[in-house]
Amino acid sequence: MDGSKGFQDALTGEQKIRNFNINFGPQHPAAHGVLRLVLELDGEIVERCDPHIGLLHRGTEKLMESRTYLQNLPYFDRLDYVAPMNQEHAWCLAIEKLTGTQVPRRASLIRVLYSEIGRILNHLLNITTQAMDVGALTPPLWGFEEREKLMIFYERACGARLHAAYFRPGGVHQDLPDALIEDIDQWAQEFPAVMDDIDGLLTENRIFKQRNADIGIVTEDDILKYGFSGVMVRGSGLAWDLRRSQPYECYDEFDFQIPVGNNGDCYDRYLVRMEEMRQSLSIIRQAIAKLRVEKGDVLARGKLTPPKRGDMKTSMEALIHHFKLYTEGFHVPQGEVYAAVEAPKGEFGVYLVADGTNKPYRAKLRAPGFLHLQAMDHMCKGHQLADVAAIIGTMDVVFGEIDR
Amino acid sequence: MSDALNELGAHIAAERTDCVIAWDVTHGELNLDVAPANIAGLVDFLRSDKTCRFSSLVDITGVDYPERPKRFDVVYHLLSMYQNHRIRLRVSIREDDMVPSIIDIHPSANWFEREVFDMFGILFSGHPDLRRILTDYGFRGYPLRKDFPTTGYTEVRYDEAEKRVVYEPVSLVQEYRQFDFMSPWEGAEYILPGDEKPEAS
Repeated sequence: MDGSKGFQDALTGEQKIRNFNINFGPQHPAAHGVLRLVLELDGEIVERCDPHIGLLHRGTEKLMESRTYLQNLPYFDRLDYVAPMNQEHAWCLAIEKLTGTQVPRRASLIRVLYSEIGRILNHLLNITTQAMDVGALTPPLWGFEEREKLMIFYERACGARLHAAYFRPGGVHQDLPDALIEDIDQWAQEFPAVMDDIDGLLTENRIFKQRNADIGIVTEDDILKYGFSGVMVRGSGLAWDLRRSQPYECYDEFDFQIPVGNNGDCYDRYLVRMEEMRQSLSIIRQAIAKLRVEKGDVLARGKLTPPKRGDMKTSMEALIHHFKLYTEGFHVPQGEVYAAVEAPKGEFGVYLVADGTNKPYRAKLRAPGFLHLQAMDHMCKGHQLADVAAIIGTMDVVFGEIDR
Repeated sequence: MSDALNELGAHIAAERTDCVIAWDVTHGELNLDVAPANIAGLVDFLRSDKTCRFSSLVDITGVDYPERPKRFDVVYHLLSMYQNHRIRLRVSIREDDMVPSIIDIHPSANWFEREVFDMFGILFSGHPDLRRILTDYGFRGYPLRKDFPTTGYTEVRYDEAEKRVVYEPVSLVQEYRQFDFMSPWEGAEYILPGDEKPEAS
């Protein structure tokens, strides 16, 4: 009742209560970016939730059709900008699958190392900002300090804190210096203490529990109906992890556990993310131990990758190859593949249709957040308005990948 | 791995002879060509059949081949978390064909079908809410069709005089460059002026 129709009590006898529609976002701090939700509220209960997305649509898939395979790689950093290298990984895997390239072992280990750093980067951001959405301010300040350290590891490996472009088809761009590996190891020894701090702040926190427990419950049926992946699945007790079930890279030789939740609510997903960080840490330490022993090249030298710098000084063919690679790019044989990785948010996939030229004919990026956000209506229905922020937080949406 | 997929492909082809036009296993992935009218039935079968159990929909997308009479491919990716395998379904359609929506079988198809409609202009019959999803409110055209220019047709800016965002036709200071890196003796279909070879008589 906004009173615009005048006061008609005497006529109707009973006041008709109209549902209240509000716009949540696009400029809302809890919307994690540019999400616009049209919410229909009955009092404080959400009756309907219509997400409007596309406010960050950049036409990545269209742009990719007019660029070479290598030029397309940096676009992947800009999808899920919280864990950039995990996306690049999917692109490299798709190209390597089509061309049949074998990645050298050291490069494979570096990829695993940095994918797991990406996972910690993502979970740190997600846990702490979700806590901020439900009213805690300290966790993001503590978490971001650690993220800063991890981004410096990114920078030391590839020169960029965020938009790495480090994973290349056929390996990784540069080898890691020994000092960097030692520093990551040093960090991995210090990080559990920080985890314990965040754990102490949140896990038994009364307000945090009240805001998250029994909110946004996901059942096995929901998972199948709405195509969830990643933590959204594991929080509900299904041990589904692509790193384990469809191993890519060299994940099959690492020893790690897959944490699962019990109730499938926001609180369980928080616990799963915390445990996943500990598991990632263990993978990082295993990878470091292997990297200390495993020396060698980090690129599968061939058509896909540039020649060594030294070769270019002495060999004409190497120089020609370098020039051709960075102008024309490499050609990928005709065919279509789908390559998926277990990105921190869920299954990130690339469907690549190649027509034998140096540019992809069509590349479809399958973002996990797209499906998670789609279930917003289903998950928010019947919850209070304040829980919408908690649910958006637990879904771990990033608009770079949803809008593409 | 591909043995199991071959077996699975043969199983599906034998069970649903009316739906499957062709199937193959390439790059370790199972591909099925499906007739457009039967897609919903086949997806339902794939979900409920005991050996398939393709219970989650991974992706729906389109591919545009302007030179073919059946211009579009609608591509479905399905995953079975129980049997741990994937499948790809391809449906070829003409420009004015409609594809049956699979939203009743997989509610997650909702946004995917909206996206395919938004990007390619393919209509899905039976979809309850076929709005545009990623492009601007009031956008025209279908951006991922091959005949849509990468620059688009309109550009927006905030107009200080009118105090609102205005839409204008795209004006580029410099032509949008689509570089052609193919070397002329490898694959170019054109001949640069002056480069014509004398006719071999």
